[in-house]
Amino acid sequence: MNIQSCYTSFVPLYAILVSLLAVPLIIFSSKKKNLREFWTIGASLIKFGLVISLIPNALLNKTAEISIVEISPGIELALKADPFGVFFALVASGLWIFTSFYSIGYVRGLKDKKQTRYFSYFAICLSSTIGVAFAANLLTFVVFYEILTIATYPLVIHKEDEKSIRAGRKYLAYTLTAGSLLIAATALTYQITNNLDFKAGGMFKGIALTPNMALVLFLLFLGGVGVKASIMPLHSWLPTAMAAPTPVSALLHAVAVVKSGVFGIVRVALFVFGPKLMYELGLNNILVVFAGFTIIVASLMALKQDNLKRRLAYSTISHLSYIVLGTALLSSSAILGAIMHIAFHATMKITLFFCAGAIYVNLHKENISELNGVGKVMPWTMGAFAVGSIGLTGIPPVNGFVSKWYIGLGALQANNLIALIILIISGLLNAAYFFPILHRAFFRSGENLEGKKEASPFMVVPLVITAMLAVLLGIYPDFLFHFYHLAAMVVTNVLGVIS
Amino acid sequence: MIIRNSAALIPLILLFTAVSIPIVALKKKQIAFFMVMIATSLSVIISFYNIFRVLKVGTIHYHFGGWIPPIGIEYVLDPLSSFICLVINVIALLVLIHSKKIIEMESNIKSVPYYALVLLMLTGFNGIVLTGDFFNLYVFLEICSLAMYGLISVGGKQAPVAAFRYLIMGAIGGSFYLLGVGFLYIKTGSLNMADVRSIIPHLYDEPTVIVAISLMVIGFGIKMAVFPLHGWLPDAYTYAPTTSSALIAPTGTKIGAYAMLRTLFFVFGVNYVSKTLHITDILAWLSAIGIIYGSIMAIAQKGMKRMLAYSSVSQIGYIGLGIGLCNPLGLIGAVLHVMNHAIMKACLFLVAGNYRVKLGHSNIFKLNDNIRKKMPWTTAAFTVAALSMIGIPPTLGFFSKWYLALGTIKNSSWIFLAVLLISSLLNAVYFFRVLEKVYLKPMSSNDLEEPNMSKNSKADEVSSSALIPVLILSVALIILGLLNTIIVKGIIEKMIPAGM
Repeated sequence: MNIQSCYTSFVPLYAILVSLLAVPLIIFSSKKKNLREFWTIGASLIKFGLVISLIPNALLNKTAEISIVEISPGIELALKADPFGVFFALVASGLWIFTSFYSIGYVRGLKDKKQTRYFSYFAICLSSTIGVAFAANLLTFVVFYEILTIATYPLVIHKEDEKSIRAGRKYLAYTLTAGSLLIAATALTYQITNNLDFKAGGMFKGIALTPNMALVLFLLFLGGVGVKASIMPLHSWLPTAMAAPTPVSALLHAVAVVKSGVFGIVRVALFVFGPKLMYELGLNNILVVFAGFTIIVASLMALKQDNLKRRLAYSTISHLSYIVLGTALLSSSAILGAIMHIAFHATMKITLFFCAGAIYVNLHKENISELNGVGKVMPWTMGAFAVGSIGLTGIPPVNGFVSKWYIGLGALQANNLIALIILIISGLLNAAYFFPILHRAFFRSGENLEGKKEASPFMVVPLVITAMLAVLLGIYPDFLFHFYHLAAMVVTNVLGVIS
Repeated sequence: MIIRNSAALIPLILLFTAVSIPIVALKKKQIAFFMVMIATSLSVIISFYNIFRVLKVGTIHYHFGGWIPPIGIEYVLDPLSSFICLVINVIALLVLIHSKKIIEMESNIKSVPYYALVLLMLTGFNGIVLTGDFFNLYVFLEICSLAMYGLISVGGKQAPVAAFRYLIMGAIGGSFYLLGVGFLYIKTGSLNMADVRSIIPHLYDEPTVIVAISLMVIGFGIKMAVFPLHGWLPDAYTYAPTTSSALIAPTGTKIGAYAMLRTLFFVFGVNYVSKTLHITDILAWLSAIGIIYGSIMAIAQKGMKRMLAYSSVSQIGYIGLGIGLCNPLGLIGAVLHVMNHAIMKACLFLVAGNYRVKLGHSNIFKLNDNIRKKMPWTTAAFTVAALSMIGIPPTLGFFSKWYLALGTIKNSSWIFLAVLLISSLLNAVYFFRVLEKVYLKPMSSNDLEEPNMSKNSKADEVSSSALIPVLILSVALIILGLLNTIIVKGIIEKMIPAGM
């Protein structure tokens, strides 16, 4: 039943190109705002449609493949929509739709300058994210990963003030260094294997790899993708990059960029090294240690942030490491939970960022200490915020519970009690840093809030929908998009090889 | 007949035009530009023709005047020489198109003799690449060097000093090379490269040969500006007029690299220079130091041209390192980087020139986003070239870095791998510094005092003759990056010398 097969299809390529083609259209209609935004929305809908169209075949484990051009002798710039790729592409392209609507409300609400640049680079970022998702081999992955790095920069510095320019520098310093390590790792892998194609279960099968070499290679990879995945101590660019506009933080720093990092970690762990090699060489233990440390420390640091976006950033860092931890445990449930957490954390965190942005645009408040009574003024927004908080804490019926449950189950399968304890503690810490916000918003009375109303529907509607999505996916994880099935498919593909 | 003689045609056309320009254009200055255009366009066309012919029929040996070598002079068209020839001539054509309007703005340039010198220099470049004779190479080396001194000296106030410095260094380099050739001639009795190649294995143990090779390598090293022989380069590039630096920076040093490559691997033999004499190791180490040194110095500069000059020192290091690695991947990286760096540097120097046209300077610290508003296309081209310098995919710069990285790993030279990667980060530092200024720094009130800055931020691009070459170069970086395998597989892999 689980035979992997391939067929040639241009759909993955179209999915990348559609937002790239929107860029010139966006630029040329920079004077007509509505037309310009029409291109963004149109591209995001078409992109999502294209990705959706890949689901039925992915569920049958049939993989769409297309190679575009040979970019190095023997290595193609090739795309492959395997279940894992489709899963990630689905998350990124689906949430881009909401972010597009939300962005319109946000940048217009703040009367930002350079909106055209903003929408153009957003589209490029999405193209490269889908490229990362569908990359069939390491070099293709590197190409899109680096483009994503560069295309995000103009969004980070969007406000063009001293703070964001400094954030941009820091962002580049971290990510470009990581890119270099990734290139080194890729080149090294190529010299060893002579083939860079991702393979479920690992690409080093049948190739002699000394433990030391494997360790060096693994650390290079970890440095390469670990920065975007913001594993501690490589995380500090992320809170700084919160200087970017909120939709950027929402999509890129909760969905596209950081998830490309964790996506890369999963790819490296399960598709480059493979669970068997990871386990034999004890490489997964390195990941467990880093991830466990990050989960706890980031949660603790989140506690003391007063700036709402910074608190969310630290929460993101901590939750990204849930995914890393789940992957590193290498048991079937843990991997399943980790992969589902990619999607589920995205829906919850994007909701929270949208809320933070709506509060900022509407009330110009950034700090948690100023949020007293906001829940009464903006009930929808803060309601959605409550849903996201509950979900991230891991309380049913929101989807965060589901993925966390599976990771916990996986920890037991892997006989790793410490991992389980870390998960439990982290749940408590999540409650500790989220619930006070809710308390302030709903149960304290605020000042100077008379006459304030909800933010523009452009912003409120997306965030309510994402919150509802989070609940729906919590009750029925396979809802519409088959996240559960796709994730299960990845697990059988990856682990089926060893058994 | 023309087709049969195509190997020798390029230097002859260029030389003939160079000599006739001062006569024909005596009355009407504008004719000089058109003659240059015709000559360089013809060179480009013939270069294309040559490269396709070489790929079809293999290496072509052309005997001048029908004299059989080693008595006569031989021209050799093989994948390496035809490729480098093509790169030089295409870049030269684009830069010279750009020069049309620019040249009139440089106050102390008389366009007629200037263009004659340019063509003489190109004659020298093409001659060096095509010749199969050591002494003939020396002749062309001197022709192009003398022309280069002239081209540099007509720049700003300090230019004559810079040119004089280069003259001294260049003359020393030339003398070293000539001495080397003399030593070689004493032992082998031949000046023909192929002939020397067949004789030399019997003389591998001769001290005279070792001295000869050392002298020649130092000579080329000066021309190529390998660290620590690069001293002439920063001043020369900085003070030369725009067109000169945009011509010399992308092509001039590559000629030294080509001669080095040709002599070491194709005459003395790969195993001899790498395993017996370890010259390639020395070259690789010096290049690695040069890469880091050049990048750090580039960060320290205020002027854009000077920054680009130091960045050239660093980029030459990439090529030297690729040669020094002495394996096929390194060689692919080096040759690809010759093309990559030629395109990037031409583009960047032309952009610096365009800025100078509008602003009267290209001081990085005085740049602000007004220049981007005025010249969006020029600045966009600059951005692409800068990304290629940093090595961001899918630009060509990423792929030359990729092959060089593969080459270092093949040799297990981890330090060189680290040098490559660190250098690309340093490149990011000095290019993003400029990009930040031109995109993000708002115009302050001090800037208004400058004479050439008007407050209105309407687009005010340079003339199309100055803009189109820049755009072609920057687009080429992306297209050639995506299609690099065609070049690598089709041409560069055919260059790999025996024994590598």
